[in-house]
Amino acid sequence: MFEVVHKRQLSDAVFEMGVRAPRIAGKIRAGQFLILRVDEKGERIPLTFSDWSAEEGWVRFIFMRVGKTTHKLSHLEVGDSLADAVGPLGVPTRVDGLGRVAVVGGGVGAAVAYPVARAMTEAGSDVTVILGARTANLLILREEFEVLPLHELLIVTDDGSAGEKGLVTAPLKRLAASGAIDHVMAIGPAIMMKFCAETTREFDVPTTVSLNPIMVDGTGMCGACRVSVDGVTRFACVDGPDFDGHAVDFEELMSRQRVYTEEEREADAEYLRECECHR
Amino acid sequence: MPPVEPSAGKARHKPSRVPRTPMPERSASERREDFDEVTLVYTEEQARTEAARCLQCKNATCIAGCPVNIDIKAFIRHIIDGDYADGVAVLKERNALPAMCGRVCPQEEQCEIACVLAKKGEPVAIGRLERWLGDYDLACKLEERCVPQVAPASGFRCAVVGSGPAGLACAGELVRLGHSVTVFESLHAPGGVLTYGIPEFRLPKAVVGAEIDMLVRMGVEIVTDAVIGATYSLDELMGEEGFDAVFVGSGAGLPMFLGIPGENLNGVYSANEFLTRVNLMRAYEFPAADTPVWRGRKVAVVGGGNVAMDAARTAVRLGAEEVFLVYRRTEDEMPARHEEVVHAREEGVEFKMLCSPVEITGREGFVTGLVASRMELGEPDESGRRAPVCVMGSDFEIDCDTVIIAVGTRANPLLAKAAPDLELSSRGYVLTDEEGGTNLPGVFAGGDIVTGSATVILAMGAGKKSAGAMDRWLREGR
Repeated sequence: MFEVVHKRQLSDAVFEMGVRAPRIAGKIRAGQFLILRVDEKGERIPLTFSDWSAEEGWVRFIFMRVGKTTHKLSHLEVGDSLADAVGPLGVPTRVDGLGRVAVVGGGVGAAVAYPVARAMTEAGSDVTVILGARTANLLILREEFEVLPLHELLIVTDDGSAGEKGLVTAPLKRLAASGAIDHVMAIGPAIMMKFCAETTREFDVPTTVSLNPIMVDGTGMCGACRVSVDGVTRFACVDGPDFDGHAVDFEELMSRQRVYTEEEREADAEYLRECECHR
Repeated sequence: MPPVEPSAGKARHKPSRVPRTPMPERSASERREDFDEVTLVYTEEQARTEAARCLQCKNATCIAGCPVNIDIKAFIRHIIDGDYADGVAVLKERNALPAMCGRVCPQEEQCEIACVLAKKGEPVAIGRLERWLGDYDLACKLEERCVPQVAPASGFRCAVVGSGPAGLACAGELVRLGHSVTVFESLHAPGGVLTYGIPEFRLPKAVVGAEIDMLVRMGVEIVTDAVIGATYSLDELMGEEGFDAVFVGSGAGLPMFLGIPGENLNGVYSANEFLTRVNLMRAYEFPAADTPVWRGRKVAVVGGGNVAMDAARTAVRLGAEEVFLVYRRTEDEMPARHEEVVHAREEGVEFKMLCSPVEITGREGFVTGLVASRMELGEPDESGRRAPVCVMGSDFEIDCDTVIIAVGTRANPLLAKAAPDLELSSRGYVLTDEEGGTNLPGVFAGGDIVTGSATVILAMGAGKKSAGAMDRWLREGR
C-alpha cells in the first residue's frame, strides 16, 4: 500500500499529493512518471513526478480534478493509501549539455517543468522558465521556481492577472528570435506544446515536448499511448514521454486523448451522484 | 512368484471401448451474453468413463508429448481407481498449475496426438481429465488441497521476473526444490497473460487466483507493482537485494501493428490493449469499474491466432452486432487452436479469409472501415505454409467502427534497460542455452522473452526446465 503523506490544494481543482514509496523515490530522474490506481476498481493513470526525496522515501505528483479517477484521488487525505503505484517509468528528460534552455510550463504542466528546470540548473544549464496559466490563481509552484538559480522567470497569464498578458508563445518567440536560447522544453496541454513547437520551428530552435497520452500498463505492453513522431508510431511509455516537438503529430495526439470523453463524463457524473461529499 | 507390477493389489484395468466422452458446453447463444466459462467440467461419472478408455500402455507415448512430462498414465490410473487426491499429486509432481493447463494447453498437438488411440481418431481426452482433477483439487477446502512436497530449505534465494506462465512454473518448481522464491510482477495483479490476456470465458480468473494461492501457500512471495528495468535492475536483484539466482520470464511485450494508414485512429486497438482493458481492468463492468473500453458495433479483428480468437469472442460478449475475423491466409493456415476457431464461429464471428488489410479509414478521428485486398495462396514460404499473394485491384472495404490488431508481439525494450549486459538476439529476445542459461552467471530466462510469442505450456515448460538448471547451478556450479 502506498500511504498518502502530503496533500496540498494549489487551486480550485489542482492538488499536490505526496505518497510514501521509498522503492520508487530512490530511482526517479526528472521527466519520469508513475502509474497509479486509487482503489481496487480504479483505472491505471500516468502522472509525472513533480518532486521526490530518496532519503525520506516519498514521491509527489500534481493533478487536476477532471474526471472520476482524479475526483477520487482528490478525496484521499493524509493517512489514506493508494491501491497501487508503479515506476519510475519512461525515459528521463535530457537535462545536460543543452546550453541556454527555455523551459515552458503551462497550467498543470508546471508540475513537470519544475523538476526538469531544477535538474537542468543542477546540470549547469542556463535556464529561463516561462510559467503560464489562464489566470493568476491557477499559476502553480511559483514560489518553488523563484528559489531556483534561474536565468529568468517569466510569468504569463491569458488575462494579465499576473505577469505578462497573453500566451506563453509570446515570450518564447522573443527569446527564440533574439537567439537567446539553444533549446526549448515545453510541458503543458497538447495544444500549448503544439504552438510552442510551431513558434520555435521558424527559428530552428530544437524543442522537446513531454507528451501525456492515455496509457494502461505504462510498460510497453498495450500500445494505448502510441504517438506519431516523424510519421513513425512510437510508444510514449517506453520510447518517451519526451519527443522532438517539431516531429510530433499533435492533431492525432489530441484526437486520441479525446477517445473516451463520453465514457469519462458518464463515469464522473455517476461517481459524483454517489459520492458522499456531494450529497 | 511372478514379478510384482506397480499396480499390484489393484484390479487389472480392462480398457472400455466407448467413444470419447464429449465435453459439455454451454450453447453459443447463451455464451454470447456473458463472460462465464464456455466449457463445463466433466462430471465424476464422465471423467471415470473417459479414464476407462485409457489403454494404460506399457510404453506410454503420451508422456513424451507433454512439455513438462506429466505421468499421464499414472494420473489416469488414479482416476480409474477413484483415488483422485493421488491423481492430483501425480499432476503436481510435474505441473504446479493443472487446472490452468487442463484448460489452455493445446493437448491435441501434444499428449493427445501421441495417444495410441489417436491413430483411430479418438485419443483419450487427457486435457479434460487433467482439468477435471485440477478442478477437483480447487474444489477441496484449502487445508485439504494437495500441497506438493517441499524439499528442505536450501538457503538460496531466487528472484523470478514476471508472474506469467513461465515465471509461475519456475517459481513453483524452485520452491518445491527448497529455495526461497520472490516473484516480481510489473502489473498490479499477478498472472501475466493468464490474467490480462486470456479471457475469463476461457480461463476463469478464480482458477488463476486459486493456483497462485497454492504457490503462495508453498512459500512463494509475490511482489506486484515492481518493474524490472525501472523499479529494480537485474544487478540490484543479484546485488543489494541478495538473490543468488534470477529467472527472467517477462513475456513478449510490445504489440506489433500493421504499419498501414489510419492505424492510430480512435477505435483501433492492439489485442493486448483491448484484452487488458476487459480482462485485467474489467472494463466490461464499466462504469462500476473505472476503466472504459470502446464498445464497437461492428468490429474487425486482424489475425488468425488464439489471441485474435480471444479478441473476437470478447467483442461478441461486449455486445458487437457483427464481428469479422480478417486473416490473410485460409482457415487451414490459422495458428489458433481448432477448438477456439470452432467456438468463435459458433458464437457468430464471421471469417473473412484471404484478406489483407491495406488501410483503416476514419472520420473525425474515429474508425469507419477497414480496406483489405483479396489474396490467393501461392508457393510455400519459409514457414512451410503457402504464402498469400495479393490479387491486383481487389481492394474492398469492410464497414466497421473498431479494429483490433492481433498479429503478434515483439520484445520489450525495458529488458535491455534492466540488464545492459544481458545478451540479446537482434530482435531483442534473450539468448539462452537449452536450459535457459544466459551469458550472465546465475541469470536464466524462458518463455516468450526467449522464443517470441508462443503458448502457455511451452512457457511453463521453459520455466520449469530453467528451475532445474538453476537448482543445479546453485548447488553445484557456482
